[in-house]
Amino acid sequence: MQTEKLTAVDIFCANHNIEISFISSLQQTGLIEITTINETGFIDSNQLQQLEKIVRFYYELDINLEGIETITHLLQRVNSLQDEIIALRNRLRLYEINE
Amino acid sequence: MNFVDYYKLLGIDKTATPKDIKNAYRKLARKYHPDLNPKDKDAKKNFQQINEANEVLSDPEKRKKYDQYGKDWQHSEQFEKSKQYQEQSSNSRGARYSGAQSEGDFSDFFESMFGGAASGGRSRRVKYRGEDFNAELHLDLIDAFKTHKQMLTVNGRKIRITISAGIENGQTIKIAGHGGQGINGGPNGDLYITFSIANHPGFKRLGNNLYALVDLDLYTAVLGGEITIDTLNGKVKLKVKPETQNGSKVKLKDKGFPVYKNDGQFGDLHITYTVKIPTNLTEKQKVLFTELSES
Repeated sequence: MQTEKLTAVDIFCANHNIEISFISSLQQTGLIEITTINETGFIDSNQLQQLEKIVRFYYELDINLEGIETITHLLQRVNSLQDEIIALRNRLRLYEINE
Repeated sequence: MNFVDYYKLLGIDKTATPKDIKNAYRKLARKYHPDLNPKDKDAKKNFQQINEANEVLSDPEKRKKYDQYGKDWQHSEQFEKSKQYQEQSSNSRGARYSGAQSEGDFSDFFESMFGGAASGGRSRRVKYRGEDFNAELHLDLIDAFKTHKQMLTVNGRKIRITISAGIENGQTIKIAGHGGQGINGGPNGDLYITFSIANHPGFKRLGNNLYALVDLDLYTAVLGGEITIDTLNGKVKLKVKPETQNGSKVKLKDKGFPVYKNDGQFGDLHITYTVKIPTNLTEKQKVLFTELSES
């Protein structure tokens, strides 16, 4: 059983001073995944950064869950477009004349 | 150092109520928060400015001092002494958003008036990861060709990193834990380094493949022969077929760029020949070319 890269939901909530129900609602909307081991919920470490971002959206910017879902999708789109721009710029450099 | 108009930054006037300030700040924070503007340096800068404005205007003591001495910030020292401001500032009531600001992110103007970093008057005492730092590292193509170590100084801290051969222009790598310090005991943020790789005069790169133009004299192009060309990994001898046309392409397998984090694997080098027509012909050469043209 691997638990090294997991953070217990209750510990995360205590550290961030947030309700466990908030994490549950994020799980229901599919924004994060919770791993349950021995009836305890855990968050994978690779989701922590995303989760903290969501916490900031919700608690600091007063954005509701529907808004966060929309923003998350749009940010994914922005990231993929930014990657595409980099790839296209690199391709464009093939045709640029060195100064 | 210039005076910073915090009211103008938040788009409010001097009679704004605390509620007006909060609303104006929240509206702008939603617009410029770094979480909502990935890789946008301007947004980060704007966010820092509005954070600073809010830090001052949402705190009655700081706002009073700013209103009184703002444009004459050089004389604020007297106010500082009389009010013993530093002791009081630890009880700041201003909320400040996280995720983008750390000590040292305030303008010179702010630090001159208020003596440095914010008081951290967040409304919720929570543990947050530290701020993620973003840095840009400029390399030339030769640097990116070989795995090498580099010493970087990021926010005053020296970090030694290993850059693997084959790093791409625009590629970003994460150095975990080398970002800003965690807040209230949270973990440190990460350092993201984006590489900017300059063009090389002799080679163009696309992914793992390199492209180069190679001059070929007319005689070798017509009769064939052997030439020596430069690659990024030294010189290579190359056989040229007779009757090679201008613009002909040749692929040299595995003579391109190293594949990132795949030791021993290389892309290809694509050569395009540019046949050079001789100039300054002697009379004899002209005669010979004439004969050739008539044959």
